[in-house]
Amino acid sequence: MVQMHSPQEIVQDIKAIANEVYQKIIKIKAPTLSMPLRSLQNVKYDEKEGYFEVLGKKKARTLTASTVKTFAQTLLMMNESKKLVETDDIATKREMYYISKNWGEARFKEQPESDTVMDDYEAMLSVNREQIGFVPEEKGGAVAGKLVVIDKDDTGKELRIDCTKFGSGAYSVPTSVEHLKFETKADFVLAIETAGMFQRLVKHNYWKTANCVLVSMGGVPTRACRRFIRRLSDDMKIPVYVFTDGDPYGYLNIYRTLKVGSGNAAHINKYFCVPNAKFIGVTPQDIIDYKLPTHPLKDIDVKRVRDGMKNDPFVQHYKAWQKALDHMVLMKKRVEQQAFAAHSLNFVIDTYLPEKIKNQKTWLP
Amino acid sequence: MTQTTLSPQGKEEKEDHDSHTATKAHEMAKKQRDISVAEFFEKNRHLLGFDNKRKALLTAVKEAVDNSLDACEEAKILPEISVEIIDMQNDRFRIVVEDNGPGIIKKQIPNIFAKLLYGSKFHKLSQTRGQQGIGISAAALYGQLSTGRRIGIVSKISPKHPAHYFELHLDTKNNTPEIAKEEETEWKKDHGTRIELDLEAIYQKGLQSVDMYLKETAIVNPHCTIIYTNPKAEQIIFPRATDELPPETKEIKPHPHGVELGMLIKMLDATEARTLQSFFTTEFSRVGDGTAKEICSKAGMLPSQKPQEVSRDQAERLMKAIPQVRIISPPTDCLSPIGEENLKRGLKKEINAEFYCATTRPPSVYRGNPFIIEAAVAYGGELGAEEPARVMRFANRVPLQYQQAACSSTKAILDTVWRNYGLQQSRGALPIGPAVILIHMSSVWVPFTSEAKEAMAHYPEIIKEMRLALQECGRELARYTNKKRRLTDELKKRGYIEKYIPYVCSALGELLSLKENNKEEISESLKKILEEKRGKIEDISDDNEEYDEEFASIGQEGEEDEGEAGAKNDKEGDDQEQENGSGKKKRRKKNDDEENEESGEEQGGMDE
Repeated sequence: MVQMHSPQEIVQDIKAIANEVYQKIIKIKAPTLSMPLRSLQNVKYDEKEGYFEVLGKKKARTLTASTVKTFAQTLLMMNESKKLVETDDIATKREMYYISKNWGEARFKEQPESDTVMDDYEAMLSVNREQIGFVPEEKGGAVAGKLVVIDKDDTGKELRIDCTKFGSGAYSVPTSVEHLKFETKADFVLAIETAGMFQRLVKHNYWKTANCVLVSMGGVPTRACRRFIRRLSDDMKIPVYVFTDGDPYGYLNIYRTLKVGSGNAAHINKYFCVPNAKFIGVTPQDIIDYKLPTHPLKDIDVKRVRDGMKNDPFVQHYKAWQKALDHMVLMKKRVEQQAFAAHSLNFVIDTYLPEKIKNQKTWLP
Repeated sequence: MTQTTLSPQGKEEKEDHDSHTATKAHEMAKKQRDISVAEFFEKNRHLLGFDNKRKALLTAVKEAVDNSLDACEEAKILPEISVEIIDMQNDRFRIVVEDNGPGIIKKQIPNIFAKLLYGSKFHKLSQTRGQQGIGISAAALYGQLSTGRRIGIVSKISPKHPAHYFELHLDTKNNTPEIAKEEETEWKKDHGTRIELDLEAIYQKGLQSVDMYLKETAIVNPHCTIIYTNPKAEQIIFPRATDELPPETKEIKPHPHGVELGMLIKMLDATEARTLQSFFTTEFSRVGDGTAKEICSKAGMLPSQKPQEVSRDQAERLMKAIPQVRIISPPTDCLSPIGEENLKRGLKKEINAEFYCATTRPPSVYRGNPFIIEAAVAYGGELGAEEPARVMRFANRVPLQYQQAACSSTKAILDTVWRNYGLQQSRGALPIGPAVILIHMSSVWVPFTSEAKEAMAHYPEIIKEMRLALQECGRELARYTNKKRRLTDELKKRGYIEKYIPYVCSALGELLSLKENNKEEISESLKKILEEKRGKIEDISDDNEEYDEEFASIGQEGEEDEGEAGAKNDKEGDDQEQENGSGKKKRRKKNDDEENEESGEEQGGMDE
């Protein structure tokens, strides 16, 4: 479903960009590399499609004395990526950073520099980085519950992975998920912020009682994790519920990115988001309803909320979210997933989750 | 018999008794007597700049040279002064200063050289180096006290007159000269004066040395030639840079706003004017009939009153009336500033920097005395970037080398916000950066904090003018430092271009499988694209052709001197100021070895 280009097409695209630069240069004109602007300013929330759609805003990097270094680095990275695609090899972001150590003066000093150039380059071609030979380091997320994942081994033989059979462990989402197939009769997917909460639910076989698939996102979900949940939800036609800490980070970074994508990956949000995800908790209202112990809201949290209200098209679109965030700022409180343990260790399994899943009115869009 | 024997006894007793009741007062009365100025200074030699041996040498040379320069200028002679310091061993030195000035008539020689507070400059208001009439005779006194030897003078006023040789002794009790030897002598000079003086001293290089004094004197007096022979018998010649004497400085009458009660009473008494009105118009500058009448009426007195009959009380009323009357500022043609060009040229000779600027303020007035402030700044080049700026202070073309912390010029520098001009500065400290800051005050009366003439007093009007001058220089400096920063950025960017073009070429070459000659084409094109846009690099640094390395090294401490000098310093138990100075010098050199531990001490000294 992701717009896949053949390696030949990718190589051609790369060459086309290089050639454009070359032609400009030999005509003694300053060459320009342009790419979609990667920020929330360049997305709008498309309600019908349910994700952040990229707007046409472009960032042009014209060759000048102050940009000549990044310009050279971008071209050098394009060249490395072309080699990777041609030889069907991959490099992680970290490996790319080390490859640059052969570039003499143009080498990257720190990995963040290399990552930024990579992100720009990826956006320039408007593909996801796996297609241009780069893979992320990060783990995709952990899965447990009523799901069979059908993968292939290196000979191409089908591998059936039963996610109920990992005991107290879990299945790990691979960095690329496009080739996976699924079998499941689960009622829903529950995406969980913290590994701790995930473990509690696995340990007490919550997936069995609730007939669901559990996914641990471990903070902001990686692209692979987002794509995995999206494909699972689309292919199997099952709903996705999200369970995070009750703080701005959980709402605006984790949930929002999972549901509609991010500004940074504006050009590929279409594929790396889960528009039908629903937020079940922990909501600010839950703090009152369940008498949860809280922490004071930090200045940085308040700032994050204000920022979201002002700049995030997703928040701007949903009154319910604005109300919830206002509520939180008013209470000056935030709450963690683990706070339910104050009532009893399994309160979350026995009481909270069943009640919340039953009562759609307590959800946030 | 018994009676007779008794009576004297009784009388004795009685007398004893009498004297007993009055003893204390009597005893005390025996000790109470006139203190001569000479005796006073014998005990307070620090007031005259003879507080330690090193400073004594400098002060003695300075007094002699200042006098020579003043005399030459007054007589409109281009000064040519020879200074010789001879090491007589055991911390004794002989200084010989010889000039081509107008000479001194025979009768005056003893008073000038062996009587304190005798001179021509105290009673007149004009821009001269000397002002009190103490300096040279104090040097003679110091020499006499420390070595027991007399000062020797030769002077000749014209080829037609014989030269006179004097050996003088100063009678400290009566502050009168005693002529120990007097004779006519042969001297091949047409006119001039030569003095020879032995004194206890220490010779040492550095910022507060004789060498530095002579060099700085040469900088701000480009019309004079100085031939200097140091104790190591090395001769240094500072040739004159211009044949033009500074414009003649006129003597002016006092301005009413600067007069004090005692002086007014004295003037009233001494004047030849018949009426108060004519007293004011003839004895003061800028007072016409109208102003004189106004002063009198404000004081409730008649303009026709006889000045000699003015009572103390009335004089006080006049004093109160004067400030209420608007009087035009004193004339300023009596001043002769160094001038912006000469200041810059002087700095260039001494300091190899990349930027120089100087400014001469319009004349201003404090307490009725006109004055002009000049400032100059040298920046960058070989100057140390992490050190406090060096301060050069001058008053009436005389370098001031001691008491920097006490000087109003230092206050003005500390009060100026140098951060605005591209230097670092912590609160209340000298700016840090590659800079030399010069301040010169010319005035008919420079207010020194002591007779040693080391620091200028803190008059608000003076500090304000100094600040304005520094700000003018500062603004020019800021223009330069900003320009330089832009240029540095520009050069960095150009460096970028040179650095990264090859990588653009090789990446494109590989991506498009280009041939070598195509890659070269890219490289050429890229250079054109990137560099043509940037235009030509502006050359902003001053080409300093005036800089004279040999000249600049004069007075700087040599390597081998240092240990010895330091030891002498300790022995001498020098004052703070001097430790301060030598600390600075040491650090200046050590900076190369990245040893900055003494900077704290330096800073501390300045804050005082």
